[in-house]
Amino acid sequence: MSEPTLFDLSQPGKRCTRMPRPERAAEELVPTRHLRAEAPALPEVSEPEIARHYARLAAWNFNVDRNFYPLGSCTMKYNPRAHEAIAADPGWARLHPATPDECVQGALELIAELETWLAAILGMDAVSLQPPAGAAGEFTSLRVFRAWHDARGDAARTRVIVPDTAHGTNPASVARCGWEVTVLPSGEDGRVSPEALADALGDDVAALMLTNPNTLGLFETRVLEIAEMVHDAGALMYCDGANLNALLGHARPGDMGFDAVQVNLHKTFSTPHGGGGPGAGPIGVVAKLEPFLPAPRLVEREGALGWDWDRPQSIGKVQAWFGNFLIAVRAWAYIRAMGAEGLRRVTEDAVLAANYVRGALRDTLDLPYPGACMHECVLSAKTLAGETGVRAADIAKRLLDYDIHPPTMYFPLVVDEALMIEPTETESKATLDRFIAVMREIARDAAEHPELLHDAPHSTPVRRVDEVTAARKPVLRWREG
Amino acid sequence: MPWAPHSERDRREMLQALGVDAVDALFAGIPESLRATAMPDLPAPITEMELRDEARRLAACNRSLDELVCFAGGGIYDRFIPAIVGSVTSRPEFATCYTPYQPEASQGTLQAMFEYQTMICELTGMPIANASLYDGATAMGEAVLMAADATSRTRALMAGALSPAARQVTRTYCEATGIEVVEVPWDDASGQTDLAALEEMLGDDVACVAVQQPNYFGALEEMAEAASLAHEAGALFIAMVEPISLGVLAPPGEYDADLVVGEGQPLGLAPGFGGPLLGLFACREEHLRRMPGRVVGRSVDAEGKLAYCLTLQTREQHIRRGRATSNICTNQGLCALAAAVYLAAMGPEGLREVALLGAGRAHELHELLTDTGLQPRFGGAFLNEFVVRVPGDAQELVRELCGRGRLVGPALGRDYPELSDCLLLAATERRTRDEIEGLVEAVRRMSDV
Repeated sequence: MSEPTLFDLSQPGKRCTRMPRPERAAEELVPTRHLRAEAPALPEVSEPEIARHYARLAAWNFNVDRNFYPLGSCTMKYNPRAHEAIAADPGWARLHPATPDECVQGALELIAELETWLAAILGMDAVSLQPPAGAAGEFTSLRVFRAWHDARGDAARTRVIVPDTAHGTNPASVARCGWEVTVLPSGEDGRVSPEALADALGDDVAALMLTNPNTLGLFETRVLEIAEMVHDAGALMYCDGANLNALLGHARPGDMGFDAVQVNLHKTFSTPHGGGGPGAGPIGVVAKLEPFLPAPRLVEREGALGWDWDRPQSIGKVQAWFGNFLIAVRAWAYIRAMGAEGLRRVTEDAVLAANYVRGALRDTLDLPYPGACMHECVLSAKTLAGETGVRAADIAKRLLDYDIHPPTMYFPLVVDEALMIEPTETESKATLDRFIAVMREIARDAAEHPELLHDAPHSTPVRRVDEVTAARKPVLRWREG
Repeated sequence: MPWAPHSERDRREMLQALGVDAVDALFAGIPESLRATAMPDLPAPITEMELRDEARRLAACNRSLDELVCFAGGGIYDRFIPAIVGSVTSRPEFATCYTPYQPEASQGTLQAMFEYQTMICELTGMPIANASLYDGATAMGEAVLMAADATSRTRALMAGALSPAARQVTRTYCEATGIEVVEVPWDDASGQTDLAALEEMLGDDVACVAVQQPNYFGALEEMAEAASLAHEAGALFIAMVEPISLGVLAPPGEYDADLVVGEGQPLGLAPGFGGPLLGLFACREEHLRRMPGRVVGRSVDAEGKLAYCLTLQTREQHIRRGRATSNICTNQGLCALAAAVYLAAMGPEGLREVALLGAGRAHELHELLTDTGLQPRFGGAFLNEFVVRVPGDAQELVRELCGRGRLVGPALGRDYPELSDCLLLAATERRTRDEIEGLVEAVRRMSDV
């Protein structure tokens, strides 16, 4: 299978959307020195060709609608249709952000409600919806931390402690704040140990970033003790909230001593991932950090909601307007439909599913850490690799032949041959059972027909893609010929 | 609970398989002291039918561009969106997949992004483009950080007449890393960046000069001159562009820009109360390995067949962690897809027409306003947006006109205190002669009272 690009399909004079004829020529409107000499070489194609092109490309994407997608740390749950219908309402979609506050009271009320609900779920005092993605939420929170330290005249802090199991965005966000990363090795049990933390702490530490549950799917059981140590050292506690699906209604980052947390609405709150966004990364903070949140802040004045731009201690803006609002609309709908009881059940089913898969595969792959997991489990193909030469990547690619999206692989970095499985609560038991059966079959094939795995996938539109050549000789755009 | 596929029997069987009686046992890892004792305080759950009604009631409290005739600009425009755009982006195959880490399972998204990158290259006249950033403002922040990295210099000059949101985000990005952002004044008569002042401000510590075309006031800048001043001082030149305008305006590649950013909303995205938007990002080849964000490359598969994949990932946070070129992970994939479909639907001729229709309407409005009490604030050339001075407080006029079914603005006072009696007016291809005359008439009646 292959599909020509739109540029290959292009022929001079073909049109899709027709516009009325402009009455004035460019030269009448703009001095000619500002005009372009040649039209951009965009594709010239008809509407039926565009429709078929994308329909054909669409067929080559694995997606949550069609495929089980147990991609660890990504929370690929079902995206409810009602939320798409709601977000498409022109009353939300066709709102211009410069509309006066009194004419957007519905939108402001929705934002206020979502802020309040997220604060309740997180156990935080204030929420900002402005960060447009999870990593932006991390950066925003760290910038807020920095502003808080600076405001206290405590500007000499230069380090942020990040466990070795953290998502890559954590250290990258630290660097964005002009700080250095101190990597904290996890303990034997896969968790941060207060003893190791004590060695890393010092009066130059600005914060600890902790994912809870961590990327091994394990709850950081000593988080309160850790928080006390961090606070005693004058530093702040950051929670990477990527794994919030494990906590809804069961435990709150605010109660664990965290000072800030980001929420990935496109994970926990079921907004579609879009092939890599748009997501949204609201943050919740404790009261003392509220003055530093991005401007503007939503406030109530004389019975009406409005934006307060006069925020002298704010870190400034992190998105052009008020964040990814239409994503917030979907998350609002999700929480509204679920209620507290429903959200609590989400977490229970997510944790149940992860443990069910983990329990069923414990004889098939290695379990690097004992005991129950939270919403995701990390298995290892280390023994299998030693016996058969088949690696985690081979298993991942072979799953594609069964129409199953692979788990996250080779992450977290502390587990060899890691396969990180997050089934989510919206997969039926039948789907989980099939996945388990497929994984067992793949493990059998690893021993008996390893070439089947080494050469996988066999049934996808393309076979294994040469990523090395792609990076060595980058071809990043279409060219004629 | 909605969207749960389990029956009680399913749950029981799963618990039995685990050898536990109740799901609570699986939460034993959370210390008792941290277990929530009460439910979060949320409204009681409702059905889809009730949810849709409640959402509709709330949405009806807003005055959208379906009700207001839009002459507002400032980076977000009321553009026509062909139906084919939404029909592609609402396909679950595109909407419900993750970032394409597994190329064999993501050729659809990957090829679409490769085509998108090519279109952005064509539009901007630049050799490479990435697969999107969050919005124009954050794209500017990334570009300035990248320029500082590329030049090992610590000062960024940004036109004061450049989008206030982009300048504010850039400050948030830069302040923490010790890069100083300095604003270049604009000329009071033309609204253009003051190039003489720029020349004086340049020095060997300047990493980049950022100028917007057309600028925030709608004025057309002398980009080629600004770029050459920047280059003479060894600084990079960052152009911030409005993509529709590139249907007629010179592309940044023609005036020697090093980095190009822009707000992609006009390319088929709803205004959405300011998000999600689309950050356009393109640059010269030499900056390839410093570029932030995802990028799709062409390669081959094991059988030598053409295939696409995410590439240059060693720049990125999931590989390089603390030394990544950016922290960005989730970007605006589906928005970039919308832009690609939009650009394909319009084609070069359609894009030119869209740009000229809006510009033509804006010029009509500009001409008709002259005897209404609203005076154009600047004298220079413009495309589809310009600043007017109003009698009194501009924000007040925005409110009053909104009450009369017309959206204008943004008022400029908050970002430019010296322009508190000024606001932006923009026109797109959607505006009709009647609507323009209606606005002029409304303004005239208001000043008569």
